[in-house]
Amino acid sequence: MIEIKNLHASVEGNEILKGIDLTIRDGEVHAVMGPNGSGKSTLARVLAGQEAYEVTGGQVLYNGQDLLEMDPEERAREGVFMAFQYPVEIPGVSNTYFLKAALNAVRKHRGLTEMDALEFLTLVRQKMKLVQMEETLLNRPVNEGFSGGEKKRNEIFHMAVLEPSLCILDETDSGLDIDALRIVADGVNALRSKDRSFLVITHYQRLLNYIVPDYVHVLVDGRFVRSGGKELALELEEKGYSWLEELAAAPVSA
Amino acid sequence: MPATEIQNIPGVLTPYIADFERFQRELPASEPAFVQALRRRGLERFMALGFPSNKQEEWRLTNVAPIAQGTFHRSGSDPDAVEPEQIAPFDFPAAARLVFVDGRYSGKLSSNAGVTGLPPGVVVTSLAEALAATPGLVEPWLGRLAIATIDQQPFVALNTAFLRDGAFIHVPRGAVTGLIHLLFLSSSEEGRPTVSYPRNLFVAGENSQLTVVETYAGTGAYFNCPVTEMVAGPNSVVDHYKVQRESREAFHVATFQVQGERNSVPRSHSISLGGGLVRNDVNAVLAGEGIDCILNGLYLVDGRQHVDNHMRVEHAKPHCASHELYKGVLDGKARAVFNGLIHVHPGAQKTDAKQSNRNLLLSRDAIANSNPQLEIYADDVKCTHGSTVGQLDEDAVFYLRSRGIGEEAARSLLTWAFASDIVERIQVEPVRKDLEEFLFARLPKGEVVRQAV
Repeated sequence: MIEIKNLHASVEGNEILKGIDLTIRDGEVHAVMGPNGSGKSTLARVLAGQEAYEVTGGQVLYNGQDLLEMDPEERAREGVFMAFQYPVEIPGVSNTYFLKAALNAVRKHRGLTEMDALEFLTLVRQKMKLVQMEETLLNRPVNEGFSGGEKKRNEIFHMAVLEPSLCILDETDSGLDIDALRIVADGVNALRSKDRSFLVITHYQRLLNYIVPDYVHVLVDGRFVRSGGKELALELEEKGYSWLEELAAAPVSA
Repeated sequence: MPATEIQNIPGVLTPYIADFERFQRELPASEPAFVQALRRRGLERFMALGFPSNKQEEWRLTNVAPIAQGTFHRSGSDPDAVEPEQIAPFDFPAAARLVFVDGRYSGKLSSNAGVTGLPPGVVVTSLAEALAATPGLVEPWLGRLAIATIDQQPFVALNTAFLRDGAFIHVPRGAVTGLIHLLFLSSSEEGRPTVSYPRNLFVAGENSQLTVVETYAGTGAYFNCPVTEMVAGPNSVVDHYKVQRESREAFHVATFQVQGERNSVPRSHSISLGGGLVRNDVNAVLAGEGIDCILNGLYLVDGRQHVDNHMRVEHAKPHCASHELYKGVLDGKARAVFNGLIHVHPGAQKTDAKQSNRNLLLSRDAIANSNPQLEIYADDVKCTHGSTVGQLDEDAVFYLRSRGIGEEAARSLLTWAFASDIVERIQVEPVRKDLEEFLFARLPKGEVVRQAV
């Protein structure tokens, strides 16, 4: 699905990612954990194509294509989706109609016909059940006046409708109570399939009780300092990040 | 009066004096004396004031030299000569429609006589007709609502000197009008710029309801100098819309003077899309207690358009609210000026005044100047003001692109989002729909916006 090789990225001249290597195969769920400021969200945004981040080295192949060469909208149409940590409010633009425009842009790119209003509504009704979205949220402007939990659910709802191949969740659990977290996680789990992969970025292990990853990577100061199975998340929960931070900061001994 | 400014060298005003004398000879001899006196006063004040210069605070950022130095003539052509196809693009179903061509009423294109949409007693006619037929309805108000403005604002004085025609609406006590549409068409004549001085007077009686739309449109180069006076009687609800879609070569300098009486709800919606050099003055006088005044505005400019909105709200009595929201979208080398004054008079306690001006710059060369002002002479009031000038939020652009929306469409959607709260406040559906269509046509990838909203 995606192959990240020695990825370096900076923002405003500060190097945040200092050589990331990661391969995610079809259907796998990878979690990236790490302390605040380690570069987790930068990794997500670089993959989604935010222009404020400058890639200074390395390569990302997405289904064999050079991902870094693509505009954000091209990546989206090719099946990359990022659920935002802070979804943006867009007054005056209906959540439903916006999503229809987005879906049709994606479908057009994939050589599919545009969906008409009826087909789309049928699809939307089915997908909103996944995240227990209330119908009123469909008719409201995108994220406007949504609670924190509603915004995160809306992200997963967008994801469910757009049916991407690579889903990047950027701290989707932040600011959620346990009920909202369960709903969001159930939505994500319902979308897991053999040809859809996930990169789940989180600060806390708790989310991974619900979205059980195949692999866990620990990011400290722009580098992966440890990778393992799902049990690594539990170890981090118990010990915190400090032992790994010390490990990363220690000079390489001769 | 200092007469040293370059725009006021004697030669600049001379053609206006000569034209005034010609104008006098064209008028019917039977006109009421008060109108003649009013015109004289207008001319005298205009001669005394001259065209404003940038040295005057009220005109610091809007240079009217192109108007002062221009040569304009009042059109002599027959207003009925305009074909119905010419008004079709701006027309919509209304209880009454009055059409004015270069400032003169066109009976042929208007439909105010015998229209079933108007309840009995409601008068919708041309000002010239009202002055001839029912001067008693006009005299108590004409020129009186705007008297201070006539004395101080040169373009209002100029309009008053040449006032002859425009719309007159009189809504008697308790009556509710349907939608009244006033369409003002202007054009140059054989390449020569024309000038028009439309003068409108709307009187909404006690407990009445009035909805009126003024549309300004045209082709070629011309100078349009309209003045509208409106009184919202006690407990009345009045919605006034002005849609300015003048030609790109046009000068448009307009004043809307509204007076609210006790417990009235005067609402003004100003949409400014066209024109080359545009100045809109809105002066609201809250002259009774319990008035709830709304002033909304939206301006969309690009190229080298210049639009100046000057607002003045006079809180003369206690327990009144005024809520003002003006938004602007600027592209190209466009320039926008907003100047908003809220003046709370001594004794106007419990005033609730809000003023906000927000500008969205879509290009590096566009400039917006915003100057909200409060003058408060009462001590138990709630007054807020604020202004912003900013660009599109790049995080929001990225958010939309990350869903597969192309960059241009994403920017257009966010521009729409910026303007949407003003669009949504437009209660008159054809006006709102026309504005939406204008936006879909103006915004790049407007078809995506159309699909997504």
